[in-house]
Amino acid sequence: MSDSFTSDGFSLSKLQDGDKAEFAKLVEKYSTKIYHLALKMLNDEQDAEDILQETFIKASRSFAGFESRSSLATWLYRIAVNEALMLMRKHKPDSVSTDTEIETDDGQMEPIQLMDWCCLPEQELLSDETRKVLTRATEKLPKTLLTVFTLRDLNGLSIKETAGALNLTETAVKTRLLRARLRLRTELSSYFLESENRRSPK
Amino acid sequence: MNEKGHCNDMIGTLSDYIDGELSLELCQSLEDHLKDCKDCRVVVNTMKKTIELYKVESDKETIPAKVKERLYARLNLEDFKK
Repeated sequence: MSDSFTSDGFSLSKLQDGDKAEFAKLVEKYSTKIYHLALKMLNDEQDAEDILQETFIKASRSFAGFESRSSLATWLYRIAVNEALMLMRKHKPDSVSTDTEIETDDGQMEPIQLMDWCCLPEQELLSDETRKVLTRATEKLPKTLLTVFTLRDLNGLSIKETAGALNLTETAVKTRLLRARLRLRTELSSYFLESENRRSPK
Repeated sequence: MNEKGHCNDMIGTLSDYIDGELSLELCQSLEDHLKDCKDCRVVVNTMKKTIELYKVESDKETIPAKVKERLYARLNLEDFKK
């Protein structure tokens, strides 16, 4: 029987046969991304660790059912997101799910003063203070938007793969991605504008 | 002409534009608008930079050693831990 490889280069037959070395390669490649995805969704290190372990345990039991049309990454993220959502519902039964998002007003051009901070020096763009602002901005983002942003922009999934991982339509992914990017951009813009004004008060 | 209204029409296309997924017609229309609209150019530039900053930070993320150790133990993969 010829071996079949997933689009991210893993031997499906080895994984299905319980090959530990191949499974360890998979764990090595995706554990960091899955841990941080769960951490962003749950804001709790212990919960993130539980999700990480559960994801790979479930995966190891389900390779037989994996359809090689999708990448293993998409499939693993889908397991992780579902596990995280289940945990969120357990903690807060009334919390929102990824498929119900409140429509808000951030599709509008914000009336604040626009400053083009994109070409500030690197040491300013990546200062410790900026890092804190980046974290705070994601903490303020609704989880439904943050999950899309994380999978698409940080973990590098395509729109289609993100839609597959979250069981959303591609249109819904694009809408949420735009909202997430706009909100994060607005947060960073306010910060850079404030620090610019602090440096050279009018 | 209501220029801000025009900007609001354009803002919905910015994500697709940045990803290079905008249809040729919409792309042309947005680029024509960007030539004359500094505000929208700023939004495009800073949105690109926002994504880039997050990506740079994300690529530096690591998994705590203890978390990794417990994961490999739970999966019976201790012999393969790097």
